[in-house]
Amino acid sequence: MSSVSLPATASASAKAARRGNALGRRLLILAAWLVFALFLLLPLVIVVSEALKQGVGTFFTAILEPDALAALKLTLLAVGLSVPLNLVFGVAAAWCVSKYEFRGKSLLVTLIDLPFSVSPVIAGLIYVLLFGAQGYFGEWLSDRDIQIVFAVPGIVLATLFVTVPFVARELIPLMQEQGSTEEEAARLLGASGWQMFRHITLPNIRWGLVYGVVLCTARAMGEFGAVSVVSGHIRGLTNTLPLHVEILYNEYNHVAAFSVASLLLALALVILLLKQWSESRLAHLRTGAQP
Amino acid sequence: MSIEVRNVNKRFGQFQALKAIDLHIQSGELVALLGPSGCGKTSLLRIIAGLEAPDSGRIVFHGEDVSGHDVRDRNVGFVFQHYALFRHMTVFDNIAFGLRMKPKRQRPSDAAIADKVRELLGLVQLDWLADRYPEQLSGGQRQRIALARALAVEPRVLLLDEPFGALDAKVRKELRRWLARLHEDVHLTSVFVTHDQDEAMEVADRIVVMNKGVIEQIGTPAEVYANPASEFVYHFLGDANRLETDDGPLLFRPHEVRLSTHPAPGYRTGTVRECRQIGPLLRVTLEVPGQAQGIEVTLGPQALASGGFDRGALLHFHPGEAPRTAYRTP
Repeated sequence: MSSVSLPATASASAKAARRGNALGRRLLILAAWLVFALFLLLPLVIVVSEALKQGVGTFFTAILEPDALAALKLTLLAVGLSVPLNLVFGVAAAWCVSKYEFRGKSLLVTLIDLPFSVSPVIAGLIYVLLFGAQGYFGEWLSDRDIQIVFAVPGIVLATLFVTVPFVARELIPLMQEQGSTEEEAARLLGASGWQMFRHITLPNIRWGLVYGVVLCTARAMGEFGAVSVVSGHIRGLTNTLPLHVEILYNEYNHVAAFSVASLLLALALVILLLKQWSESRLAHLRTGAQP
Repeated sequence: MSIEVRNVNKRFGQFQALKAIDLHIQSGELVALLGPSGCGKTSLLRIIAGLEAPDSGRIVFHGEDVSGHDVRDRNVGFVFQHYALFRHMTVFDNIAFGLRMKPKRQRPSDAAIADKVRELLGLVQLDWLADRYPEQLSGGQRQRIALARALAVEPRVLLLDEPFGALDAKVRKELRRWLARLHEDVHLTSVFVTHDQDEAMEVADRIVVMNKGVIEQIGTPAEVYANPASEFVYHFLGDANRLETDDGPLLFRPHEVRLSTHPAPGYRTGTVRECRQIGPLLRVTLEVPGQAQGIEVTLGPQALASGGFDRGALLHFHPGEAPRTAYRTP
């Protein structure tokens, strides 16, 4: 070695660097907390405090009012229909992409992401263009007395469109990583296609599936843009919770608007907890520990 | 249960993985498919199993054409290189899987399944691991569980894809001896894929040497070693020397070489380039004028004592009793 004193110098400078690092680290953490408090926590606090400004009584009147309940029901209906459909679609798409080789596979993967990149408003307009009174299928539909746009089916379709990627996106990398030898082994041992899916594939992807469904549910509940375009804002009929909040707010009924917003917020928190839980199970699975 | 492969071809895009493969495996035989990676051995095994469909050709089990049969109807036991144990199931559930998947009418009772699983765990000598999960096992244990799982459905043939490939050298040796013994007891027609010639030599009744999608030679380990059908087989089955002579190139094995300190008729001269002790043996590499490739010589323990293999020393060597004139390259 060229110099005996080298290690000492190196350690001194390393110490200095560490001190610098410690300071930088503290500043960064502080900044992160500040941003978090300012942009995320404060709005939440304001929402709840505005909602409770005139007491708990007004809060409950606002959220138990028939139009609010109808909006809640419609939101839950849209979630209840779009999430299971996306679950089936997501699993099927992820299965196709991870287990088979075919032409146009990368195109399919790109297309699955389309709803992420297209503005929700445009998604809504597409449905108006297709199924509205002046749309391509408008006449055909009105002849048969089927209403899609400005009615519940339109809302479900719009929600479905914006939430398509969530389950598939979550499952594709997971299933690709796991490969298909376990499935092959199951087939060799005499399992039918369904048995293989039920006993091998599903248990292996279940936490990814839960995670995808949770994300999908959160988005379906909160979707505003696409739904707003196709809804028609008919109170008590085609208003979802986010739309109802907007209407109340535009009518300067702030307390009611924030009360309903709090309800939506509470639902979101439940979803967040579910997400946290499924995420930890997923991390567990990926590091290879057993449930 | 015999296996017949008739004129099987398989192509992956531009790559011809298998070219007109014909192979007959007798009932109760243990056959090794031996070759370098990419030679088509695994594709052939997967085609026999039904995991892959050949472009043309037939697979026949004991006179019955199974080419059109789905994987699950072929009743083959298959052991994967990386075990493919079901990670979310215990060892017990893994082994029981095949029996539990049977249609209701053929499915044994829970008690019968438990008995069978215990019996198989005994066979692979891992009774105490029934409640563990695959990742809690060592590689060798996983491989034996994978074998037990494959045997649970009483397959007609057993196929093993690089069964010891992912194990370390010591466990690999133990396990292959154990497999050979197991085969003697069970006597199930078995085919295993390997790129390790020692493994094939030690375990198999017959070896199928493959290269670039064709079968180079089929024979017992002794046959293929003594009479390699091609230069590829000669090189693949053991270390080989190639010496340019006036009568054309000669092929011979390092242990066949005789050395002398004095010139003698039939002997050529070389300079010691390297001398290395490998276990009980001594490996001397000689540089020979007129060719870039050195000549390797392996010597027994008695040579160690004699010495005289210092770098640069002059030695005289003879290619032994049975050098082979090099094969004509096709």
